Amino acid sequence: MRILKSLGIVLVLMLVAYLGAAVPGGPALFGVVFPWLAFLIFVGGFISKVVGWAKSPVPFRIPTTCGQANSLPWIKQNKLDCPSTTMGVIGRMLLEIFAFRSLFRNTRAEIHDGPKLVYGSSKYLWLFGLMFHYSFLVIVVRHMRLFTDPVPFFVQALEFGDGFLQVGAPVLYQSDLIFLGAVTFLFARRVVLPAIRYISLPADYFPLFLIFAIGATGVLMRYFLRVDVVSIKQLTHGLATFQPVLSGNISGIFFVHIFLVSILMAYFPFSKLMHLGGVFLSPTRNLANNSRMVRHINPWNDPSIKPHSYASYEDDFREFMVEAGLPVDKELPPKPAAEDAPAES
Amino acid sequence: MADTKVGQMSEDVVKAPSMMTGAVPTKDWMDVPAVFKPGNYCYPGKEEMAAYHNKNLPGLFGESRTWLVESDDWLLPENWKEIIIQGIKERLDKFRSFKIFMDCCVRCGACADKCHFFLGTGDPKNMPVLRAELLRSVYRNEFTKAGKILGRLAGAREMTFGVLKEWFMYFYQCTECRRCSVFCPYGIDTAEITMMAREILHLVGVNTNWILEPAANSNRTGNHLGLQPHTFKENAEFLLDDIEEVTGLRLNSLTFNRKGAEILFVIPSADVFADPGIFTFMGYLLLFDHIGLDYTISTYSSEGGNFGLFTNNELMKKLNGKMYAEAKRLGVKWILGGECGHMWRVLHQYMDTMNGPADFLEVPKSPITGTVFENAASTKMVHISEFTADLIKHNKLKLDPSRNNHRKVTFHDSCNPARGMGMLDEPREVIKAVCNNFYEMPENTIREQTFCCGSGTGLNTGEIMDLRMKGGLPRANAVKHVRDKFGVNTLSCVCAIDRATLLALMQYWNPDVEVCGVSELVGNALIMEGEKERETGLRFEPLEGSEG
Repeated sequence: MRILKSLGIVLVLMLVAYLGAAVPGGPALFGVVFPWLAFLIFVGGFISKVVGWAKSPVPFRIPTTCGQANSLPWIKQNKLDCPSTTMGVIGRMLLEIFAFRSLFRNTRAEIHDGPKLVYGSSKYLWLFGLMFHYSFLVIVVRHMRLFTDPVPFFVQALEFGDGFLQVGAPVLYQSDLIFLGAVTFLFARRVVLPAIRYISLPADYFPLFLIFAIGATGVLMRYFLRVDVVSIKQLTHGLATFQPVLSGNISGIFFVHIFLVSILMAYFPFSKLMHLGGVFLSPTRNLANNSRMVRHINPWNDPSIKPHSYASYEDDFREFMVEAGLPVDKELPPKPAAEDAPAES
Repeated sequence: MADTKVGQMSEDVVKAPSMMTGAVPTKDWMDVPAVFKPGNYCYPGKEEMAAYHNKNLPGLFGESRTWLVESDDWLLPENWKEIIIQGIKERLDKFRSFKIFMDCCVRCGACADKCHFFLGTGDPKNMPVLRAELLRSVYRNEFTKAGKILGRLAGAREMTFGVLKEWFMYFYQCTECRRCSVFCPYGIDTAEITMMAREILHLVGVNTNWILEPAANSNRTGNHLGLQPHTFKENAEFLLDDIEEVTGLRLNSLTFNRKGAEILFVIPSADVFADPGIFTFMGYLLLFDHIGLDYTISTYSSEGGNFGLFTNNELMKKLNGKMYAEAKRLGVKWILGGECGHMWRVLHQYMDTMNGPADFLEVPKSPITGTVFENAASTKMVHISEFTADLIKHNKLKLDPSRNNHRKVTFHDSCNPARGMGMLDEPREVIKAVCNNFYEMPENTIREQTFCCGSGTGLNTGEIMDLRMKGGLPRANAVKHVRDKFGVNTLSCVCAIDRATLLALMQYWNPDVEVCGVSELVGNALIMEGEKERETGLRFEPLEGSEG
């Protein structure tokens, strides 16, 4: 149900764009207004979400230590998994963001007769996750060709590298294949693994369908339907320079593609896709494990919370303490009167 | 002891339908209610306990009352939902971790099979991701646009009594061990989420007695069992008798509440009265006597373990505050801490922030080796394993490791020292110096990937024994592996809760494996000046060669 609903929504969105672009005024709406609007929502939403997170303080220094800490000089510290300096934290974050360090640790547990628990290495999620994110990045950067004139050097270089197999005409980009393959894997994993299927929400399937549809329409346009690239570039470059030009030669599938991208941008800040921003701010990863070395300040620390005082403790137990030979701050009064213990706090 | 026989449970965990054995619930998790029955929940807090805490920290522990978990009326305040939503809001504004962890989970499932409670029970709501969703679903409903508009389609649901029951069940089946957080690509820490959930549950008076009562005791008497000062002292001195019997030496270096001592030594109080912690305590005393340390133990601050950590940050701060207060009153130079897991989570990651700066103390310096503990320069608290490892490195201890030859030892990394501190190699250095037979458990079960004993965060109470034995299965299973392979008969650790809970866990799953603190092994190996020839270890067990 969750899967079908999500798929249904994406299909409806595609249909809306396809039909919508065919009526008068449609191309302007789907080709210009929605993309601009979506971009604004994306940027504004992203910033406000991150600012919202940043507004809440980090009261305690709580890194998850994933290796040996900085300790005695002769004990070898794991500086990347348990950093104690800013440089170390930067290293840890770079590994986390660019190499998915934590996901790389993934294992798979099984229980056998005995009982016997075994933990096998399981790197598929890491591998396909990495493939998905990097191919997505390459595709986004490649698309910069559509918004720039002249096309920057690095975009051209990337295009060349991406097509180095020199298969077909137009040249096949490996990133396209990897992208669609990885999205398919991520989806299949959700459906096939019972535990993952059980935890999956429509909000997990929807972006997968949406992203797959974006990839698929893109691939269709480039390799199969041969859309009018010149008109499209005219429009997209115009979007970036605030002088959009709509010629009549842009086919419906382009509007489907750009509408889905608009939806993705507008949906982004309100969804789990914000993990893109969250990963930078995660306090279990981006703090140095130096809390015994450097005092961390909690802005809302409440100085009025005091421990139950020694004085009232001694008042409670003075007689016993004296009898047991424990030192006391206040000696017992000459006549026993310490029965009524004062209220403690 | 657990209700279920070990043979039955061995079969159940492999064959009974659960998510671990391949069975998938037919109902959506939101439609599966939490059902309480004897054995699957901790007893609720006694009225007077909640009242006691409420008096000290007004408003944080709800209305005190007598309530029954299995009842459909928990006698909640009329506006309990409001209190909970307000409680969430307040914590979102106070903790960035909470806010981010509510927003950025992608449900990739990497955490799913990392939780010992999930591995042992196969209950889907023990997958960390789903445990968090229990709270996240309500968060979405109240605090996100998508949740408000799309409702269940966006994974949102309303706060109901059914949800509250789920929270009470599953946030008390999490031991805040942080293992899932090691594997999460965004570092989402379920411990953090459980802490928030428990704080919020306390606001409406939903609590467990095994946490509230020890916390109240710790506050008033200084230790969680409520031992009064003279009893605490007597217990400790009783152990001097035992030391005398084993070594022939009467130690006179142990003092209490002594002003002017160089070092204040804080232990988990279980070490003075509970087997096998008492042997760890004997180890501490022998070590300090051996090196002539100028130290004292406080009866006022006689609990290192912090039961406040299992309730809310305010009570944690209040209980922890005693250590600095006492260090200041006694005029010591710095504080040494014993073997305790949660205690060290608090000392390492919270203490200085909450109750510092400890500017009345000096940067810890070992009076024996001269080593300055730069890693504790601000908190001024050193872990006994750090301290001992340094002594060993500088050859300051006379050791006869063969006195531990009757032990084949493995080491259990306690969750908090491992994942909340990064103390992995220090205890190993100590063990290797005092034992000849040391074997590691499989790599996926030690160091930062260590498995919890299954009963931390105030879950080591008798009424949930079955659950504890299931939660501890991954740990027990790894021990069994080295027992079968190397003949390991001793499970060492640096945590007082472990010493209590692993004992029960081993008796259940691996009855021939004993549990000990690392300092007990040190005490066994120490060659004390003027001692008699030892024939037994500290627990009066015959040494190798003297079984005769």
